[in-house]
Amino acid sequence: MMHFLAMGGYARFVWPAFALALVVMMLNIVWARGSLRAAQAEARRRVLSMREAYGTAPQDRGAQR
Amino acid sequence: MAWVWFHRFGSPPYLYRVAGRLTPWFAWPALVLCLTGVVWGLGFSPPDYRQGDGWRILLVHVPCAFLSMEVFVAMAISAAVGLIWRMKAAHAVAASCATLGASFTVVTLGTGMLWGKPMWGTYWAWDPRLTSELLLLFLYLGYIGLRSGFDDTARADRASAVLAIVGVVDVPIIYYSVVWWNSLHQGSKLIGEGGIAAPSMWVPVVITIVGFELYFIALLLIRVRGEILRRERNASWVAEALGLVPPAPPAVGSGSASAPISGPTAGPKPAAIHPAYRGSSPA
Repeated sequence: MMHFLAMGGYARFVWPAFALALVVMMLNIVWARGSLRAAQAEARRRVLSMREAYGTAPQDRGAQR
Repeated sequence: MAWVWFHRFGSPPYLYRVAGRLTPWFAWPALVLCLTGVVWGLGFSPPDYRQGDGWRILLVHVPCAFLSMEVFVAMAISAAVGLIWRMKAAHAVAASCATLGASFTVVTLGTGMLWGKPMWGTYWAWDPRLTSELLLLFLYLGYIGLRSGFDDTARADRASAVLAIVGVVDVPIIYYSVVWWNSLHQGSKLIGEGGIAAPSMWVPVVITIVGFELYFIALLLIRVRGEILRRERNASWVAEALGLVPPAPPAVGSGSASAPISGPTAGPKPAAIHPAYRGSSPA
């Protein structure tokens, strides 16, 4: 195991490289999903607030057709 | 007729729906392929006769380097389609590419520096390949900054599209920099003589490349959905797409059975007219 972790003396270059890639890949997933959820929450909030104020919302027109 | 499928992607509700359906088909294979390639490359491939175990950095460096260039080309093509055909969905794709491309460029530069130190003796050199890749990062950051500088999405789309189309000229410069100029960086040939020769080494790299490509597509689909929703938040299809059932229209005569049938207060009180309906038919 120690032999594997030592990476033939390149451990201080190999593992940080993989750590950097892993962190950025994870952040990409978190940001993308967060961005989608925020957009969905904002759109949902707008629809519901319009319905509350006017009884209907412009976003309902597609569903009413 | 053959282009009908392409034009359908110009419809934001269609793209939103299809992107949602396709995401898991790219995400799960991406996870499997990335894990397979990395585990194989780290645990079962032999050390390189010149680079030792340092070659394993290429398992993440090469896919990210490919993607950093490919994403910019995809962004420029989408921006051009959006600019020429005024297709909003294409602009949404271009805008969604930018952050992902910038992140792949950061990983490319970071892992390249970590590979360069033991191989070249330095983290950084103003080498044509490295410098043009750094320029690519600045182009991504410029694109993101330019978009955020406009409040009007349409103007942001047009301005950033021009930057993407002009900036794409950096991609062939990156790719051919090792051919056109003397470079520390190894040549553009990845597999075989001058690259990674042994199949037990290049096969996991290729698997990781495919895995990263699918990972990018999955993330792009998620980002595009968010971008479309942000742009189309007032569109008529949004409530249905979000699963918000519209309120039932009031039944004729409901609640007024005992009310007088004539006079100024007869019938249900009409709801306030939404500004979007004023001056036009709601249907």
